[in-house]
Amino acid sequence: MSEKNGRERIGVYVCHCGTNIAGVVDVKEVARWAAERLANRGVVVARDDKFMCSSLGQELIESDIEKLGLTRVVVAACSPHLHEKTFRAACARAGLNPYLCEMASIREQVSWVTADKQVATQKAKAMISGAVERVHYHVPLEPLRVPINEATLVVGGGIAGIQAALEIANTGHPVYLVERDPSIGGHMAQFDKTFPTLDCAACILTPRISEAGSHPNIHLLTWSEVEKVDGSVGSFSVAVRKKARYVNTDLCTGCGICVEKCPKKVIDSEFEVGIAYRKAIYTPFAQAVPRYPVVDDVNCIYFEKGTCKACQKFCPTNAIDFEQQDELITLEVGNIILATGFDLFDARRIPQYGYGRLANIFTSLEFERMCNAAGPTEGAIVLRDGRTAPRSVGIIHCVGSRDRNYNPYCSAICCMQSLKFAHLVHERTGAKVYNFYIDIRTPGKDFDEFYQRVLEEGTLFVRGKVAEVTDASRLPGEEGKLIIQVEDTLAGRQRRIPVDMVILSAGLEPRRDADEVARQFGISCSSAGWFTEKHPKLDPVSTMTEGLFVAGCASGPKDIPASVAQGSAAAARVISYIEQGELSLEPVRAFIEAAKCSGCRICNDLCPFNAITFDEQLVVSEIKTALCQGCGTCVAACPAGAISGTGFSDEQVLAQIEGLLMFNVEELALAAEQA
Amino acid sequence: MTSGYEPVLIGFTCNWCSYRAADLAGTSRLKYSPNVRLIRLMCSGRLDPTFVLKALASGADGVLITGCHPGECHYLEQNYKALRRVALLKRTIQQMGIDPQRVKLVWASAAEGMQLAREITKFVDEMKALGPLNWPTARLRPAHRELAKVPA
Repeated sequence: MSEKNGRERIGVYVCHCGTNIAGVVDVKEVARWAAERLANRGVVVARDDKFMCSSLGQELIESDIEKLGLTRVVVAACSPHLHEKTFRAACARAGLNPYLCEMASIREQVSWVTADKQVATQKAKAMISGAVERVHYHVPLEPLRVPINEATLVVGGGIAGIQAALEIANTGHPVYLVERDPSIGGHMAQFDKTFPTLDCAACILTPRISEAGSHPNIHLLTWSEVEKVDGSVGSFSVAVRKKARYVNTDLCTGCGICVEKCPKKVIDSEFEVGIAYRKAIYTPFAQAVPRYPVVDDVNCIYFEKGTCKACQKFCPTNAIDFEQQDELITLEVGNIILATGFDLFDARRIPQYGYGRLANIFTSLEFERMCNAAGPTEGAIVLRDGRTAPRSVGIIHCVGSRDRNYNPYCSAICCMQSLKFAHLVHERTGAKVYNFYIDIRTPGKDFDEFYQRVLEEGTLFVRGKVAEVTDASRLPGEEGKLIIQVEDTLAGRQRRIPVDMVILSAGLEPRRDADEVARQFGISCSSAGWFTEKHPKLDPVSTMTEGLFVAGCASGPKDIPASVAQGSAAAARVISYIEQGELSLEPVRAFIEAAKCSGCRICNDLCPFNAITFDEQLVVSEIKTALCQGCGTCVAACPAGAISGTGFSDEQVLAQIEGLLMFNVEELALAAEQA
Repeated sequence: MTSGYEPVLIGFTCNWCSYRAADLAGTSRLKYSPNVRLIRLMCSGRLDPTFVLKALASGADGVLITGCHPGECHYLEQNYKALRRVALLKRTIQQMGIDPQRVKLVWASAAEGMQLAREITKFVDEMKALGPLNWPTARLRPAHRELAKVPA
C-alpha cells in the first residue's frame, strides 16, 4: 500500500461526453463512488459534467483548483492522446503545474468497447481508482526547451525535396539539399509530359532545378549520401559522404569537352533506364544541376587499366582529379526532411509479361525516355530496332500493383500515366492503342476529363487483368507480333490481341534501401515499406520522431502536385519550428542519481540513442537529457534503482497497479470491517 | 461465463503503438472483454519486471504486455528488450509456482485495434480456463470480486 495518504487534495472529473460515455457508464454513480470511497485517498471533490472539454467543463476544474485548493486533478474522459493537453492547459491557467493532471480513458477503453453497463461502470471506477493512486506520485515538471538550429537538411533532390528546400531557403534560412545522384531533378526530370495538362516536364522542372542550384541559401550536396544521424530535434548532427566525382568542382566550368573526348561508352542504366549509352564521364542530362560531370569509376578505362586519362588531357581548366577521395562532412541542422522518393517496380518479377525476354516490351519509364525529345530517339515512338513505328500498342495497367502476389496497394499514378501514354502514342504514331485495366481511377483535378478525351480519341479499353504476353503465334495475323492474352471481363470471354509494342505501367515501390534509411533516421515503415507518417490524415508530413519530416513518394505513391504540396507542407512545419526559435518537448526523460549508481554500465548499451555515457572519473553513468527520448528501458534495467523516469516513475506505475486492482478500496473495506 | 469466474487482469501498453491500438478499438466501437485494465508506459522496454510481479501480488490473475511489432518500435529496438525480459520473467514466475501463461506478450501496431481487441479477449478466455491465481499476498476482499463480477 502506498504511504502517500491524504496529503494531496484531488479533484475527480467524470465526463459524460454527451452520451458517448454516459450512455454506457453510470457517470453519476461513478462520481458519487469516487467522492465517497476514495475520500480517504485524497479525493476532495468528484463531479460529472456533460462535456469536460468544453469551456464550461474546463472552468469547473479551474474554479475548483482555486476555491478548493486542489493539488492534483484526475479527468475520466477520452484518451489522453485527444485531450490531455486541454486539461493540462486548464490546470496551468489555474496555477497548478500541468503535469499534476492525469487522465483515465473511460471512453476508448470502457464505454465504447463494453456492452454491459454494469461492468462498464465498474471498470470505470477501477480506472479512476488507478489514476487517483498514480496522481499522488506525479511531480511538477517543466517542459524541456530545446533551441532550434536554423539550418535544415533535405534528403532527396526530387521535386518534393526541391520544393521543400526552396520554400525554406526563401524565408532566409540555410538548407542542405543532399542527393545521391550526380544531379537533382529526381524522376520528374526523366518524364516527357505530365498528366493531365500535358505540360512538358522539363519545361516546368528546369527553372526549379536551376533556382535550387543557384539559391544563395541552398547548399547542394549531390553525389552524396547520408551516413549517420545523431542528435535530436533542434540539433541533429548528420554525417554525409560526398562521393568522389574525380572532378574538381572549383575548377570545372561544365563545358563538356571531357564527356565528348571520353572513349568509353556504357549503357546508361540510371537516367536513360538502359535504353541509351552514356560516357564513363558524364552528366546525367543536359540541364543537370550542378553541371559538373562525374567519373564512373567502375567503367572508366583509367580505373580499369591505369591508362587513358583522355578527359584530363583535354580539360581546359585542369579540373579532372583522379586522386580525389570520398569526403565525410558533418552537418549541424535543426530539422530534417526526408524526400527520398520511390523505385519503379521491376517488371522482370512478372515473367509471364515477358519484359526483358521479348524485345518490344517497354516499362513506363523506358517509354517516358523514348517520348522525351531529349531522349535516345528524340521523341520518336519506335520499336527496339530504333526505326519502325508501331501500328498497334498495348498498354497494361497495374503492373505489380493491386496484385496480392506483388504489391497489394494502388500505385495512384499508373491510370493517368497510362492514359497519357495512350494519348501520346495516338498523337505521334496514329497507332491503334489498347489499354488493359482493372479499374480506371481518375480522382484528381481534370483527370476524368482527360480520360474522356482519350476515349474520344479512339483508344480501346479492355477491362481485365492480362494473363500473358507472348510471341508464340497461333492464329493468322499473329506472326511476328506480341500477343496479349486477356480475359475481357466486360465481354465475358478470353481474347488474344496481337500488337507491335507493349508498355507496362509499372507501379511504385519504396526505395530498395528504405528500411535501412528508416533505421538510420529512427523512423518506421509501413508493412509495404513506405515511411510512416505521424498521422495519415491530420499530420501527413510529420513522423513520430520530432524534427523529422517526410514529403513526396517516400511515404507512399503520389503524383507531382501531391508531392509538391507535401514538400511545401513539410517546409511550413520546419519554418514554424525555426521561427519559434526553441521548441517545448514533453519532459518525459530518464535521470541517473549519481549517488545510487554503482557504475555497472548495464544501461549504457541499452540506449538506442546513445544518450548514456560513462564518466570514467566518477565511475558512474550519465544521461544526456537532450538525446534521451524517454523510452524508459534503462529505468527498467537499472539493478540499483538509480535511474528514474519522469512522468512514468516506478512509484507512479506501482501505485496505479494497486489502484486499478482496487487494493486501496480493499484496505479501506478491511479497516472498516475491523473497526 | 458459465463458471461465473471473471479474472482481473492488468495490461501494459506502449504509448505509440498498442495504446493507440486500444484507442482505435474504442473509436471503431469494437467490443472486447472488459477484464483487462490498461496502464500506459512510454515503451514496452520500460516494463520493469517488478511491475508484473507487483500486479500478480496485488490481485491480478494475469498480465498482458503489449508493444510495437518487432522492427517498428518508436524507440527503434526497445521492444526486443521487452521480449528478452518477458522470456526471463516467464521462467522466473514458473519457479515461483505461477503458470507462465499468466504473463503474455502481444505485439499490436497503432492500426491493429481489431487484433488487440481479439488478443485481449483471447487472453481473458485463457485466464478463465486457468482459474484464479490467489497469490497469498493478494488478500482479495469481497469488494474486489464484486467489482469484477459480471451479472449472469
